[in-house]
Amino acid sequence: MSDFTSGFWSLYVGVLTIVSILACGALLLSMSKQTVKKDAQGKTITTGHVWDEDLSELNNPLPRWWMWLFYITLFFGAGYLVLYPGAGKYAGMAGWTSRGQYDEERAKVQAEIAPLYAKFAGQDPKALVGDPQAQAIGERLFQTSCGQCHGSDAGGSKGFPSLRDGDWLYGGEPETIKASITDGRRGVMPPLGAALSEQEIWNAAHYVLSLSQQLHNAERADKGKATFQTICAACHGPEGKGNPAVGAPNLTDSIWLYGGSEKTIIETITRGRTNAMPAHKELLEPEKIHLLTAYVYGLSRRGTAAPTATPAPAKTP
Amino acid sequence: MDNQGTFNYKVVRQFAVMTVVWGVVGMLVGVIIAAELLWPDLLQGIPWLSYGRLRPLHTNAVIFAFGGCALFATSYYCAQRTCQVRLFCGPLAAVTFWGWQIVIVLAAITLPLGITSGKEYAELEWPIDLLIAVVWVSYAVVFFGTLAKRKVEHIYVANWFFGGFILTVALLHIVNSAAMPASLWKSYSAYAGVQDAMVQWWYGHNAVGFFLTAGFLGMMYYFVPKQAERPIYSYRLSVVHFWALIFTYMWAGPHHLHFTALPDWTQSIGMVFSLILLAPSWGGMINGIMTLSGAWHKLREDPILKFLIVSLSFYGMSTFEGPMMSIKTVNALSHYTDWTVGHVHSGALGWVAFITFGCIYYLIPRLFGRPQMHSIRLITLHFWVATLGVVLYITAMWIAGVMQGLMWRATNADGTLTYSFVESVKSTFPFYAIRLVGGTMFLAGMLVMAYNVARTIAAGRAVEAPIPALAPASAHA
Repeated sequence: MSDFTSGFWSLYVGVLTIVSILACGALLLSMSKQTVKKDAQGKTITTGHVWDEDLSELNNPLPRWWMWLFYITLFFGAGYLVLYPGAGKYAGMAGWTSRGQYDEERAKVQAEIAPLYAKFAGQDPKALVGDPQAQAIGERLFQTSCGQCHGSDAGGSKGFPSLRDGDWLYGGEPETIKASITDGRRGVMPPLGAALSEQEIWNAAHYVLSLSQQLHNAERADKGKATFQTICAACHGPEGKGNPAVGAPNLTDSIWLYGGSEKTIIETITRGRTNAMPAHKELLEPEKIHLLTAYVYGLSRRGTAAPTATPAPAKTP
Repeated sequence: MDNQGTFNYKVVRQFAVMTVVWGVVGMLVGVIIAAELLWPDLLQGIPWLSYGRLRPLHTNAVIFAFGGCALFATSYYCAQRTCQVRLFCGPLAAVTFWGWQIVIVLAAITLPLGITSGKEYAELEWPIDLLIAVVWVSYAVVFFGTLAKRKVEHIYVANWFFGGFILTVALLHIVNSAAMPASLWKSYSAYAGVQDAMVQWWYGHNAVGFFLTAGFLGMMYYFVPKQAERPIYSYRLSVVHFWALIFTYMWAGPHHLHFTALPDWTQSIGMVFSLILLAPSWGGMINGIMTLSGAWHKLREDPILKFLIVSLSFYGMSTFEGPMMSIKTVNALSHYTDWTVGHVHSGALGWVAFITFGCIYYLIPRLFGRPQMHSIRLITLHFWVATLGVVLYITAMWIAGVMQGLMWRATNADGTLTYSFVESVKSTFPFYAIRLVGGTMFLAGMLVMAYNVARTIAAGRAVEAPIPALAPASAHA
């Protein structure tokens, strides 16, 4: 697609650029005479203008090296615009584009690393948990693409689930993990501040507290149960055990995505929550996602210990 | 009515003193945020003092408060003296002083409150932008009005640069700040997407090119020959480099947006003209340094001249570094790293601040009727402390920047990144410490200057210099 809305603008940019470079050259040429005015004693004299009592100017010639430096940059600039895009929509003789360079570099790396990934592609992710090389690559992929949100120890933080606690919003089997990475997830808890009164929200929050055996007001929890059953149960289930099909969290355990205090639960019910795990299918090839799946799958199944520090990079593909 | 027999030194004095005050403030904020990078919990998460809010306060304070006041002071001084007339329209000049101070105070209030338009070096919201436009147009009227009523036939070269800087900054500020107000303290840019980015960096780079370069070259062209008591080296050179500089700078902005959504052709043009800018920039350095030929010995005893000449060396160095960093291949390594921060500070501390120090040391005794500064030895002390500070600062940032660039691009055999981002942050830690030391030294030098200036003012009194008789050769025909 052209960057110009009409041929005029391409011409405008192209002509203006070239004329500008030529104008710099003409300016330089016009001032490059090497003669100097001298007085009878052979001393260089000033232009004859005086300002503020004693300010005056000599008129020495342009230093040769400086003049040539200027010319060289002008020639380089002109040459660059012959080879590369710049003068309007003229694409340049080198046929270079930043997009092309990116695609080329990426394809080159892909070709280099493809055999390394190919040997794992057909294997069961569960089996790869025991393969040290697969796990090492998986961890490096994790640190490159996932650690920014889920933490370099995969422990998560507020709004970003821990991946090593064995608790899963969308399910912890390899297929669901792979789907989460590939297509991303969008978790939405609707805001209920407009639909429910403050008292109703307060009561519902105490019922939620009771589900996870936290300190709560039994009377409020009792009143809140009805609200929970009519509204919340649709996603979180009648027992509050959650629903992986829509990513509704289990409310009966001690694991909280945003926090399990009375204040935070009320905030969650009132304002709702929107969360997104970005899709990675445009960013990572399926073979990489496969290894990443095996690594994430293994995180909660190798105990709660943090992953080991990044091992030395694989020297041979 | 103004006394037409004397120069208007009052407004020059006001701006010169505020240059020192805002210098201390701006550099202090710089030291605070440098410490915050080292110890992120330093200020306990107080929102008004968080890095994200103080950083624009630092840049605005040093560029527009410290640098701006220095430009007003020196351009008003230079224009009057080289035109041999009193400043045009004294009341309007007073408006520029008080207006500019209000702008600075409003910036110091709104930026910590988080009120920002989000445009780098143009963060102030629209009501303040309007005030800036009014002050700036008044500045132009005073400056060009003075030039128009000059008693000397030719316009001195320093005034070309001041004039170019004033006109261009007006254009840059008005175009880049165009916005749709949503409320008193919130507006949305008139441009969208990549056009907004391009307008922003057209402004941003020319804020450097005109505010921090052309204006300060104006200072150089007056104060270097004055202090060295030598004629300017070459009139021809000043003609070529003036026109080439102000023309070419306008094109260089896209190099801030290499490898972004900006079209390839725009990036190429930005790079080409950034390279062409090398010689015009060096023209100013050559003309300044060569003006000293035949008077090199003065450099040994005169710390003011030391400041002026070292500033030109830093100018030469950073205007070599800039074109180099604009080359796409180099930029791929340097962009987004602390190398850029080092580059900016070699220009801002080494060039802009140093030449300002030299000029203010020149001005203060003359404005307050003293033969010289309170202490010449303290100027020398300031010079050495500041020089060491700059060197520590920029070398730390160079090393940190190149290291970050190399760490970010390092990959393993399986195509993954060798280092996570946070590892590069951890490795930068010692360099942040060295930078803090360098910055603190620079601030210490500024405090020495403030003391020296205060003692000089205390010993002197405000004077209005009479306008001297014209040298016969330079009178209006």
